[in-house]
Order: sequence, then structure tokens, then C-alpha cells
Amino acid sequence: MSAALFIDILLWGSVFGVGLIAFRRGPPVFKASLREGSMDFINIVPRIALGVIGSGYIAAIIPQEVITGWLGPDSGWLGVATAVVAGAATPGGPVIGFSIGTVALKSGGGVPQVVAYVVAWALFAFQRVILWEIPFMPARFVWFRCAVSVPFPFVAAAIAMVIGKP
Amino acid sequence: MSEPSPKNPAPAEDAESEPRPGRVRKPIGWSTIIIAALVAVSAALVWRRDGTDGVLDILTHDLSLFSGILPRVLAGCLLGAFISEILPHEKVSRSLGPKSGLTGLLIGTAFGAILPGGPFTAYPVASALLAVGADFGATIAMVVSWTLIGYGRAVAWEIPIMGTDFTLWRILISLPLPVLAGALGRFVYVRLYPKRESDEDAA
Repeated sequence: MSAALFIDILLWGSVFGVGLIAFRRGPPVFKASLREGSMDFINIVPRIALGVIGSGYIAAIIPQEVITGWLGPDSGWLGVATAVVAGAATPGGPVIGFSIGTVALKSGGGVPQVVAYVVAWALFAFQRVILWEIPFMPARFVWFRCAVSVPFPFVAAAIAMVIGKP
Repeated sequence: MSEPSPKNPAPAEDAESEPRPGRVRKPIGWSTIIIAALVAVSAALVWRRDGTDGVLDILTHDLSLFSGILPRVLAGCLLGAFISEILPHEKVSRSLGPKSGLTGLLIGTAFGAILPGGPFTAYPVASALLAVGADFGATIAMVVSWTLIGYGRAVAWEIPIMGTDFTLWRILISLPLPVLAGALGRFVYVRLYPKRESDEDAA
């Protein structure tokens, strides 16, 4: 709760800060960006609505147990690959993603696999890509960014294997 | 410093060979259609499994989530719009453009790491950076840095759930990844779109 409040304060504080800079450049600059931002907001709302409301249904048909099952005890590179798929397929927000990671750690999942899972979730979780990244960014950028990011959960797992446990 | 051209944030001589990303938005694109189809199929499956009540439960829950998110989305859009207006374009394309080298990737990484807020700020701001002259590489570094080493999610969720040790260790492992992802992005982009790269040379 307090974290959410902290985020909101920081967020609106930043908006206020850059807004002030824009205002000091002159009221036309300020007004134009205000209008630009509001237009972006109006354009984005239908897509966010589709994403927020829709992802609830998508999440409902992918049970968490399926994801947890994929983070099994396989400790090799196959385990890392499964963890990456599991990370991308994890529905819901950060609570679910990190909780699954914790469960996997506690139930004997390998540390590199859990790292790969968390990194893959951060990079590709389909719900965030659908809900946030595609509405805000040019679609071409999003696909490109995802494709280019594919090696990195594996790189993270490799680093984890080399430097060992926390 | 930056020319006051509120109506036309990116002057024509920016030599962009594509519509300025992030500023020209179609409300309905093919991604939206795919997502809508996916949602419709999922909702139908939920309806078959849980009946109308199940569908309505999710709808009410997500509607309340949606209303809570809206003000933050507005803040993110305003932040993106102000940033793209106040950042001097020549400077951005010099320090974050295709020719910015490792420094550009490091700036993108640092920017992503310190950016406040959640996805509702990261993506509008990334989109604004693209619009004012950052290249795909630097923007990828920024987005990947925000998602992997940004403090927002780590403080709010990862440390409470996964513990401080794991989180700090995981962030340490992730430190090189944004720069590497940005470098790979640049490497691939130049080879995929060689013409665009030479266009940028003129800028």
C-alpha cells in the first residue's frame, strides 16, 4: 500500500517537474505537450481497457499450477529453457511471477533456473507485453525488442551458474 | 536550447524514413485485433467452464483494476509528452541515436534504471525517446534496464516476495544485460534495415 503511494508521489512529482520545465519554455510549449499527452491518453485508453479486462480472462484459462509444474526439478539447460517459456507464459502481475519463483526456489528448483524464470518473466511476460508495451510502443519495436531479448535469460542463467548462489 | 516548435516536435530535416513512432497512433492495429480475438476466445472458455458468474466476476475485478490504473496512465502519457517536448532533439539523437556507441547504451541503461513508476511510465517515455531521435538499440537498453534493474518493481514486489539476498544478487547478474541487449539490437537493426541507417547518417 505504502509502496503504491510512494510510486504515485514519485510519478506525479516527475510529471510536475517536467511540466514546470516545459512551462518555463513558454506557455505554448506547455499547452502543446499537455494536449499531446491528453490525446495520447484518450487514444490509449481503449487499448488499455482491452488489455486489463482481457488479460483477466487469459490469465483465468492458464492456471498457475501449470506454470509451477514447468519449473520442475530439471536442473540442466533444458530446465533453463522450460523456465524461460514458463516466465513468458506466466499470467498476472508481479505478485504471481515472484511468488512462483519463490515456490520454485523453496521446492528445490535450481537457482539458475529460477533466475532464468524471473528474468524471462521480466522481459517477456505476455500480459505486460499485451497490456502495456504494445499499446504504447510501435508494434515493430516491441517484436524487435522481444526477439533481441531472447538470449538474455540464458545469459543470466549462465552467469548464475558461474558465480554461484546468493 | 531546443527550438519552440510545439506543433511539430520533430522537424523534417530529422531525416526519419518512417512515421515518427509513438506520435502517430492508430487506435486499431493488427495487434489489437489479435488481442481482441485472444480475449474473446479466453472469455468464451471461461464462460463454458464457470458460466456467466465466472465471466462477470473477472469483469468486475478487472474494471476496478482498470479504474485504479487510469490516473497513472494519464500521468505516464503526460510525462512522455513533456519529456519529448523539453528534450532537445539534436542532443538526444547525438547521445542516444544510432551513432551514440557504448555511451548511448549506457545512458539508456542509466535512464531506465532511475525512471520512476511502472509500465505506465516506462513505455510512454521509451516511446517519446524513440520519437525524438533515440535509436532502437538505446531504447532497448532503456526498456530492458527498466524491467531488469529498475528499482521500482524490485522495491515494491521482488524484495518483499523473494527476499533481499536473491533480489540484489539477481540484479547484480542482470547489470550487463541491458547494454548487451541494446548492442545486439543495434547489431541486428543495422543489418535488417541498412537503408535506414544510411538515412540517419544524413541527420
